Amino acid sequence: MGPPLPLRERLVLGGLGLGGFIALWTLLSTTGIVPRSFLPTPFDVMSRFAVLLSTPFAGATLPQHLASSFQRYGSGVLLAAAIGVPLGLMMGWFRVLDDIVTPIFDGLRFIAPIAWVPFAALWFGTGIGGPVLIIFAGAFPPCLINAYRGARFVEPRLIEAARMLGTGNTRMIVEILLPAATPSIVAGLRVSAGLGWQSLVGAELIVAAAGIGFMMVQAQANVATPTVMAGMVAIGLVGMLIDILLRQFEAWLRRRRGLEV
Amino acid sequence: MGSIRFKNVDKVFGPSAGGVKVLDDINLEIAEKEFVAIVGPSGCGKTTCLRMVAGFEPPTSGEVSVNGKVVTAPGPDRAVVFQQFALFPWKSVRDNIDLGLRNKNLPKVERDERIAAALRLMNLESHADAFPHQLSGGMQQRVAIARAYVLDPEVLLMDEPFGALDAQTRVVMQEELVRLARVNPRTVLFITHAVEEAVYLADRVAIMTRRPGRIKEVLDIRKVREAENWDRMTRIEDVMDLESFVHLRTQIWKSLREEKGANSV
Repeated sequence: MGPPLPLRERLVLGGLGLGGFIALWTLLSTTGIVPRSFLPTPFDVMSRFAVLLSTPFAGATLPQHLASSFQRYGSGVLLAAAIGVPLGLMMGWFRVLDDIVTPIFDGLRFIAPIAWVPFAALWFGTGIGGPVLIIFAGAFPPCLINAYRGARFVEPRLIEAARMLGTGNTRMIVEILLPAATPSIVAGLRVSAGLGWQSLVGAELIVAAAGIGFMMVQAQANVATPTVMAGMVAIGLVGMLIDILLRQFEAWLRRRRGLEV
Repeated sequence: MGSIRFKNVDKVFGPSAGGVKVLDDINLEIAEKEFVAIVGPSGCGKTTCLRMVAGFEPPTSGEVSVNGKVVTAPGPDRAVVFQQFALFPWKSVRDNIDLGLRNKNLPKVERDERIAAALRLMNLESHADAFPHQLSGGMQQRVAIARAYVLDPEVLLMDEPFGALDAQTRVVMQEELVRLARVNPRTVLFITHAVEEAVYLADRVAIMTRRPGRIKEVLDIRKVREAENWDRMTRIEDVMDLESFVHLRTQIWKSLREEKGANSV
């Protein structure tokens, strides 16, 4: 890739891409090349989206569904970070732990989160545990991997400096590995947040009350395609928002550390 | 306290058969509170010598001991000052200096006193709350020296500590180190490839051969210094013009050049 283009040109190009995408979509759906019930027009989707903001569907409005999803999502991602980051750091410091955990982890991490649906339902029924488990399954690997890599690739001089200062294991992990690995951990959290959010629809296949995924599943059962797509738009928008916020956080952290953004 | 001894030390990197031999039968004794500089062509293993005293690398054969005890691991009795400073970027100057004291489980009051003294000693008082990236290279190295000195180590290991600094800062730091050595003498093992620096700072200068490094000769600077009455507190530029200084410098240069010549043919 060449050098980055000026912001104005990038905005124009981005707008062209988005405009082209919507134009093609409009063309396909309004000309009847694809039946309208299979592919609703952008206008159908947007107006449905607007309606859902205030009118309940499947028992709740779109913001209420999102709020409900956010509880599960937040629990799943936080749990993944709370277990994955410390475990990854410890694996990066204690070789024995690395040797014990890595084989299990390498096997488990290739199982798609949605594959856990049957067991999540079996173990947790329709309680919050099931969806949280599925989101956790999506969000956990990047937390662990990035904390581990961050800990393994700490500048060797810093480890040596800490060791010559008499630093013990706990302090080494908390005060040296954790801050040194923070940029890597935050990058991992960004990926985790994204994958967790992607796992949401799968996670909500097995919920009974509310949630953006639940709403889409209900709509799909009624062949209410504009509602399904409005849900997809909501997921996309919220996902982007989460990523933008985490990116800001990452940039702030790097600036504070005196690193390049 | 603080004597260092290398006894028949060999170091091979890589597999024991077919690895690279970097040190060959190193024997050197450094007395308590003595300042010894090791000079040698690059790649001769001088930094490896220091790292073995620090406990970062074990010798392949032979023994490295401090106070008669064989070195097996790093520890705060042997403080290291690294060429690239190795400060913790997420810790303020004060917290960088504090870590070693906290590891010793000293009470807060005593730690604060010792940090204040170290900051004063290195003229860092106004930068206690700054972060390393906000400081110049020279200031960062002052922090690293303060971090080492505050532990009151028996041995100070300095690995080309001024190699990353510009020429003027380097001179200032050399003079500071001489002042420190006066105020608070320690056993110092100082690695450098700058001959003048070695002659100016050290009591003795050990010259190493090219790889695999051996100790070629050890010059006692003290004899000349005392005979010619050049005091270490004199400014470096005054010392550098003295005939006795020039003579020593030339002697070491010639010795090193033999090594380079043999290497580059």
